Amino acid sequence: MTALTESASPPTAASSRAAEVGGLRLEGLVRRFGSITAVDDVSLEIPTGKLVSFLGPSGCGKTTLLRLIAGLDTPNRGRVVLDGEDLTATPAHDRDIGMVFQSLALFPHLNVRRNIGYGLRIRKTQKDQVANRVDELLQLVDLDGLADRQVSQLSGGQRQRVAIARALARNPALFLLDEPMSALDANLRESLQVELRLLQQKLDITTIMVTHDQREAMTMSDVIVVLNEGRVEQVGPPLEVYRNPKTVFSATFLGSTNLLRGRKLSGPNARINGCLFELDDAGLPPVGGAEITLSARPADIMLERSDTAAASNRLPGTVGFVRDLGATFECFVECGFDEPIVVQGMSRDLGDIGRGDEVVVHVPPESCVVVADSPTASWWLPDQAAS
Amino acid sequence: MTALQEGPTAVLLPEPYADEPSLVDDTPETTSLPWRSRFMLAVPTLMLVVFFLGPFALMLRTSFYRRIQGGFYEPDWVLDSWQRLGTDFYTDRVLFSIQVCLVTAALTLAVAFPFTWFLTRMRARFQVPLLIMILAALTLSEVIVAFAWDLILGRSSGITNILVWMGVMAEPQSFTPGYLAVTIGLAYIAFPYCVLTLYPSLSRIDDELVEASQTLGASPWRTFWSIVVPLSKRDLIAGFLLVFVFTLGSYIIAQVLGRPEHWTLSVFISDQATFNSNIPYAAAMAMLLTVTSLAIVGITSWLGRDKVAAT
Repeated sequence: MTALTESASPPTAASSRAAEVGGLRLEGLVRRFGSITAVDDVSLEIPTGKLVSFLGPSGCGKTTLLRLIAGLDTPNRGRVVLDGEDLTATPAHDRDIGMVFQSLALFPHLNVRRNIGYGLRIRKTQKDQVANRVDELLQLVDLDGLADRQVSQLSGGQRQRVAIARALARNPALFLLDEPMSALDANLRESLQVELRLLQQKLDITTIMVTHDQREAMTMSDVIVVLNEGRVEQVGPPLEVYRNPKTVFSATFLGSTNLLRGRKLSGPNARINGCLFELDDAGLPPVGGAEITLSARPADIMLERSDTAAASNRLPGTVGFVRDLGATFECFVECGFDEPIVVQGMSRDLGDIGRGDEVVVHVPPESCVVVADSPTASWWLPDQAAS
Repeated sequence: MTALQEGPTAVLLPEPYADEPSLVDDTPETTSLPWRSRFMLAVPTLMLVVFFLGPFALMLRTSFYRRIQGGFYEPDWVLDSWQRLGTDFYTDRVLFSIQVCLVTAALTLAVAFPFTWFLTRMRARFQVPLLIMILAALTLSEVIVAFAWDLILGRSSGITNILVWMGVMAEPQSFTPGYLAVTIGLAYIAFPYCVLTLYPSLSRIDDELVEASQTLGASPWRTFWSIVVPLSKRDLIAGFLLVFVFTLGSYIIAQVLGRPEHWTLSVFISDQATFNSNIPYAAAMAMLLTVTSLAIVGITSWLGRDKVAAT
């Protein structure tokens, strides 16, 4: 498993320095509400200067985890450590954080300028310094000229920017975002995602974002943490998680996939629905005869006419439905599983395949990823946590 | 011919402006209310006249009646009652009443506001029993409350005995009758009303506002003062006025828990009306009390509205 700090972009001076100190470290966090365990033994290492997304369905504990980091909630067990300092017992107002809330939580009795300057005034900053910093932030989030507006006079996107500026005012060590764009319409959301990501990279600020939107997570993150039922399913750079999902949940939540259940044979082979599959995955369970699940992305597999049937990695089936969208198509092939196999491709490659045709679904070895039913060992822990 | 030429030019307004007159024309209802709305307005107006202005006028008229020594009164237009009110003694009483009620209102709000804030932040299963207890306190009559506080603050069986037992005090002490006892008694009576006035708006303050303030570095105490209090300014004023007006009309508490120098104007009104049978004089005092409290309500809400608009 690759260490988090070795992800896509080369580490900056700041992040490599922080790797020695530790950045933000979560150690065995547990949070229970009555009989429900919202956060179940979560340990994570969050490198300085990166944007990390907590991705999962509602109720997976991602917001609770963020609140534990912010100090708005206290864990039943475990520690929150920032740059080597244990913050577990530190209340929110003594932590060096900036947070954007789902409701944005702008103060309705204060105007834009006073909202953004709130944190600075609390810290008894000089009046002219507050004014300068607020002007700087207004420019940063493209809100020049709106300083004296009331919050109620702003559009959704503008409120969003005020909330971001307010959270950044004190130059916090941690920037926390709780589903920051859920209140915006789709177009605005997409453009703000890009803008916020660029802003985060410009400021080189350690950021944790909670989201249930896989597109948002893929667009913005350096690292995605997939959460399910209070547990970490997988940690890794977005493409790494997308291409090499470790669990059934990761594979299905981040993008769509086909799950093929079968039995491991000796060597790098498996038998799926009576067909021989050659695999080249290094993470194969060693035991022959064990049950395994393969994940194959719809865009990574091919349709072939039935007369091209060859020895391995091919499942015969009948086309159940074709959704041709002009540029791309989706073909649902009945291959004898509970669910049809979905094949995606460019419309121009579809040919004259239609409903009821006998076809062969070709699943090349490099498209097959063995996925586990649940997260097992500590394989997802970054190397630096062990050392 | 000229008229014909003017016609089209009036129509050929630039596009954005062409729409505007029609928008205004679409709302003729603003000038004349439909009969249904008029009827809806008439009901409260009628009730206000029958139940408030009517009695008020009667009382005003009564205050000019002539009192017959040792008994009743007869219709007349004399200024006896009003002249008696003009003496220093009653100016002093009016000022004292206002002062007691202002102090009580401030005291009640100082306790009720934080109490209600914490109440609204509790989970429902703790909130409901507490609210029921507060409502239950409303069923106590003022007389019972007055005598209960008389016992609690008294020497023989009061709380000072506990303090003596604990070794805090040398010997039991009596706070009643006294100024402190009057304000405590009045505050006790007014407390549930104040809580119920504040509850709806305080419970609507979003938790995330409080949390946002904390993540920006404000302690809970600081958050309370810079977020919760400013957001409830209107309700604080409403609660303050409610307690003020409510206690201004209360007379049993002051009579039982205070010495004559702690009596409010209400006590003198009831005294004149029931013991001295001087109804015209009681009416004149009641007029004075009503006008004074209306003036204070008016001034406070005017000041309050000004402040809210300024922020």
